Amino acid sequence: MNRRPARSTAAARAHSRPPRPRPRRATVSDEMHIPIAGSQDIVTARQYGRALALELGFSNSNLTLIATIISELTRNILNYAHHGTIVLGVLERDGRRGIAVEARDRGPGIPDVARALEIGYSTSGSLGLGLPGVRRLMDEFEIVSRAGHGTTVRARKWAS
Amino acid sequence: MKVGRESANLTAVPLESTASLLSELVSHLRQLRTQLREEWARRITEAKLLTAMTKEEVFAEATTVYDNYVEVLETGTFEALQAYARNLSERIIPRGVQTDEVVGSVLLLRDVLARSLFARYRSDFDKLNRILDAYEPAANRIAITVAVGFVEERERKIRQQEEAIRELSTPVLQVRERLLILPIIGVIDPQRARQLTEQLLRGIRTNRARVVVIDITGVAAMDSTVANHLVLTVEASRLLGATVIVTGLSPEIAQTLVNIGVDLAKMNTVGDLQGGIEEAERLLGDRAHLGVKSDLPV
Amino acid sequence: MAVPILKQGPYLIASVQSALTDTDLLELRTALVALVGRYRSRGVIVDVTALDVMDSFASRTLRDMAHMIRLRGAETVIVGIQPEVAFTMVQLGLTLAGVATALDLEEGLAFLGHGSRKPGPDAAAPGA
Repeated sequence: MNRRPARSTAAARAHSRPPRPRPRRATVSDEMHIPIAGSQDIVTARQYGRALALELGFSNSNLTLIATIISELTRNILNYAHHGTIVLGVLERDGRRGIAVEARDRGPGIPDVARALEIGYSTSGSLGLGLPGVRRLMDEFEIVSRAGHGTTVRARKWAS
Repeated sequence: MKVGRESANLTAVPLESTASLLSELVSHLRQLRTQLREEWARRITEAKLLTAMTKEEVFAEATTVYDNYVEVLETGTFEALQAYARNLSERIIPRGVQTDEVVGSVLLLRDVLARSLFARYRSDFDKLNRILDAYEPAANRIAITVAVGFVEERERKIRQQEEAIRELSTPVLQVRERLLILPIIGVIDPQRARQLTEQLLRGIRTNRARVVVIDITGVAAMDSTVANHLVLTVEASRLLGATVIVTGLSPEIAQTLVNIGVDLAKMNTVGDLQGGIEEAERLLGDRAHLGVKSDLPV
Repeated sequence: MAVPILKQGPYLIASVQSALTDTDLLELRTALVALVGRYRSRGVIVDVTALDVMDSFASRTLRDMAHMIRLRGAETVIVGIQPEVAFTMVQLGLTLAGVATALDLEEGLAFLGHGSRKPGPDAAAPGA
């Protein structure tokens, strides 16, 4: 129906710069490193975690969830290694954003990781490791631990 | 870009800048504003589009779209058009206008305008080409902007409706002081289960409920994830000081609960809703049961 | 002391502020146990409305606290757990099993037998 004469590139170029409808945030993933050495740092770590999650648009119940798992992971560091680091980061994938929480220590390590992850719902509260709970509540979870070398727990949650 | 004529060179052609082509286009469109709008509205009706709207409405919207169209060509900015597309969509979606009607109508405008260019520049083929080079990318982008605006608005509406339906289908009823009833009907998926729990916990706090009756007579089956969620809901309600009575437990669901490790003897269950309400009244009448201690082993 | 404790007749009421450290919690436990003894209180209400997170340590400490207070002849009620906190807790398996809970201060007092709205025979406070 319409005749299509050849386009000149200059004309095409002139019109292919439509203004973007929305400003886009830079895809920079900043990491926040929080040293853990005393119980005061538990509060610090979870407050930073909550603030970051809030910025990333997590719902209210997820804010509490994230703050709580950070608390648990931090507590593990203190209980078993006495000091370590919590690293908080921003995730981006296909337009979705999320939070990455990493708990690192160079403590004694967990000798039987599989068993630590096995602990049932009912008793995890009193035993304090909390790992099964953390794994259940987060979208992605991984733990690397070697006896004598320390432990790294990584957990991620998407804000979708 | 060079403007002007190369003298004494017969093959040289005056080159307008794209900007000047566009501005020529814009004046052409302004000049023919009345006829082209009318022609467009007529073609929309002929093609049986936008039948949910009256002729006057179609013409009124056509006018706004036309003027927005010209503004985009003139300024190169799309914000006003986007805002209008969203606004228009908000208004016409509830009236049942479909995506193909909106896209079809916008494409008709594109055709009407293109034809008007053919008519005007038919004696100067090269000029026509150049004008179309300037016109087409903009026209395409405009069509896309309007179509996408419409589709996004539709999707947003659908999500809103789904949310509303979910909320409606799980009402938390306050029957009397301190007693809430949550009748659940149909299929519960994890997302609905989560919403139920949120509504219930908020309801407990708002209504200061001490007893909640969750009736699942209308629920045929539950997978273990949702069954576990039910148990968590009962426990969370307890932390807010409310006792939960579950009624209408089918044998299948009872089995699912047992399979995930719940001791049914320790869970407060009653056969039917009526019985559950009676039990709730008993609990509320008995002061010794105010506040809750957990016996659930989970 | 970080957590203010009020005496209201036979009851002690402690209102926890947010950002409670482990040390604060342990001090609270010690203080409440001592005060229950000193005043021969019949009940203790711990209001955790301001707590934005209840983790395994807090949960364990509150349970220990309730146990110790019961040994002194008084009942403990935890009040004010926020809905989001409650749900996160149960997901992590922290159920405060064996500890009484109520919605808020008013409900907590009603539970302990102080409720003024409903006339009727006074329920004996458990453990008194």
